[in-house]
Amino acid sequence: MEQQTETTSFGMWLFLLTEIMFFGGLFTAYLIYRNWYYPAFVAGSHTLNIFEGSLNTLVLITSSFTMAMGVWCAETKRHKGLVWSLIATLILGLGFLGIKADEYHEKYVLHHIPGSTFSPQGFIHPSAEAIKEGEKPLAPDMAAKTEVYFSLYFAMTGMHALHMIIGIALLCGMLAKAVRGGYMDGHIAFVENFGLYWHFVDIVWIFLFPLLYLISRHQ
Amino acid sequence: MSTILSLPDQTTARVPKRNYLTNENGLLSWLLTGDHKRIAILYLISITFFFFIGGSLAGLIRLELLTPQSDLMASDTYNKVFTMHGVVMVFLFLVPSVPATLGNFLIPIMVGAKDLAFPKINLLSWYLYMAAGVMTLTAMITGGVDTGWTFTTPMSTHFSNTNVVTTGLGVFIAGFSSIFTGLNFIVTIHKMRAPGMTWFKLPLFVWSNYAASILMVLGTPVLAITLVLVVLERTIGIGVFDPTKGGDPILFQHLFWFYSHPAVYIMILPGMGVISEVISTFSRKRVFGYTAVAFSSVAIAVFGFFVWAHHMFIMGVSNYAVLVFSLLTMLVAVPTAIKIFNWAFTLYKGSITFETPMLYAFGFMGLLTIGGLTGVFLGASGTDIHLTETYFIVAHFHFVMVGGMLMAFLSGVHFWWPKMTGRMYPEKLSQLAAVVTFIGFNFTFFPQFLLGMLGMPRRYAAYPPEFQVLNVFSTAGATILGVGYLLPMIYLIWSLKYGAVAGNNPWQATGLEWQIQSPPLTENFTTIPVVTQDVYDYEWLERQKEHEVTHVG
Repeated sequence: MEQQTETTSFGMWLFLLTEIMFFGGLFTAYLIYRNWYYPAFVAGSHTLNIFEGSLNTLVLITSSFTMAMGVWCAETKRHKGLVWSLIATLILGLGFLGIKADEYHEKYVLHHIPGSTFSPQGFIHPSAEAIKEGEKPLAPDMAAKTEVYFSLYFAMTGMHALHMIIGIALLCGMLAKAVRGGYMDGHIAFVENFGLYWHFVDIVWIFLFPLLYLISRHQ
Repeated sequence: MSTILSLPDQTTARVPKRNYLTNENGLLSWLLTGDHKRIAILYLISITFFFFIGGSLAGLIRLELLTPQSDLMASDTYNKVFTMHGVVMVFLFLVPSVPATLGNFLIPIMVGAKDLAFPKINLLSWYLYMAAGVMTLTAMITGGVDTGWTFTTPMSTHFSNTNVVTTGLGVFIAGFSSIFTGLNFIVTIHKMRAPGMTWFKLPLFVWSNYAASILMVLGTPVLAITLVLVVLERTIGIGVFDPTKGGDPILFQHLFWFYSHPAVYIMILPGMGVISEVISTFSRKRVFGYTAVAFSSVAIAVFGFFVWAHHMFIMGVSNYAVLVFSLLTMLVAVPTAIKIFNWAFTLYKGSITFETPMLYAFGFMGLLTIGGLTGVFLGASGTDIHLTETYFIVAHFHFVMVGGMLMAFLSGVHFWWPKMTGRMYPEKLSQLAAVVTFIGFNFTFFPQFLLGMLGMPRRYAAYPPEFQVLNVFSTAGATILGVGYLLPMIYLIWSLKYGAVAGNNPWQATGLEWQIQSPPLTENFTTIPVVTQDVYDYEWLERQKEHEVTHVG
């Protein structure tokens, strides 16, 4: 029994290692292009919605806390506690995706989605408001490179969101079982491993948030 | 000729009635099985199917190259044919070949466990493999793909109007199938070894599959994300690899080869494991320098991650990078040479016999050495500039992958066939097949080294007429090679019903898998074995036999 739990958790850690490599490719691309097109990355970063980004960070960290509570409740066989923790995690997870969707919509309005509709005009001719805040216009060739920034922004946050969606689907299944009184017999490997997965997805965001939103803010 | 083969008395011997094949009946009992041995058989059938598809495509390539003009097919058809040949052979045959079939079957038994750590994930990996296979076949039937198996950008993202997305997603899914296999192996080897089975009593087959699993688990996700980016670039037009938007096609090369170079070792390492077992058994000796061979597998896995840019010497990486990667590439030759020399020393003063698995193993050693040494030509940056993108490179990797891996695969299939099915293959016929394969192989691929040295580029349907003689040699050799592959297909199926009953241990081998009945029970062992003997301990085996004789007799 204990041997089995140990085995599944070892398997889960290995799986998370593959996930690190999966995101690793994207982070590599980010580092290279950030070095090449630094002004474009700074300008692109300035257009992100820092309020919604920070709020999402808070939402996600809280959901990690509720998930950790869920694992603890499962370990100590608290049925109600487990169900409510999972519900809270679910709501926070959906909240994160909702806020993310709003951010994506903002990008759509600004023509910042890479592809045929992309337009760097806002970086060549910043609005009067932006100039007042210290935004400098970019030369057209550097402004065009913001498309690389937004390609990476969407690839990275999109992959992250996909992991959230998969997580939420698993969470729903787990919740359904918990409501019917599951996980109270000591077989909680699934809850524990899901917890690991959820924290991992959280940690990816903890890296994405500063890289995409924060580190060029003061420029 | 002397032989170590010892079969039970054929007049009374029967294949045990209760075994993993007869335990349950019906199609569903196969499709929903969690038994690692049945999943291995499912894999064996599927990869053989894809091998023959890939092989037929190779046949078409060789037929086209019989004449200098592009007359059998148009150039763009030829592009699709060699692309599909590469995709099918690499992702649907070579990567899963030994691990998913022999590894799946043997690793739990070799470590003394009842199954892999995650039987359901094991079955899932087969379904993912099949999904990938179906997607790739669909892409092939509905128009093919012409980017080469490397999906090189911007060809794959902008200029090709073939089924890149379907094929790319197929390979993506195949990747997850191999991640799950690798993950299962690593956890099993760490956590499920029988009492007394320490790391240094593990057969070398387990060690080499362990090393390959590390590569699968760490490398494949990088390929996955790269293919996702290619698909996104092709469908919605993001700009990560697109130079017109500021992206860099070389970055694609870096990410792709970060997986695809280690993938070469994913393909060859399990084969090296097979050879270690076979050489030891047929020279009746413990593998010379067991620890060195075990660690050389791990060393190959580690070095394998730091040499990827040698695929890109002419693609615009800096001269300093070329220097470093060239040097690191030379380093991989060291652990590989450790293996070759240790196998040679195992043979030294051993009581060698020449059964079929051993013939294939000898083929492997020779061909892998040639393949490996020509790899050093290509790793040296100066000669690489002359030789890369010519038939020299085609010959090089076919010597490693076909001459090496396929020989090892066939060696392993013959060696463990009695264990998997309970029956022997016909020995004389299979020795003939091994020799035919070896001759056919050399006829096919040795001329390609010469063609490459003379400057014939790869991936063209037409070529200057002065290259025709060597191409005719190559095509003729491919025909012989084809016969060499069809023969085992036929007699192995024949042997399922008419082969001699093998008994538990026809080769007098020492591994745990040979101490149980053939074919094994679903649960492998009736009681969990306690391992007291050393690995490859032939004296222990002798004592066991004497013990049995005195007690039963």
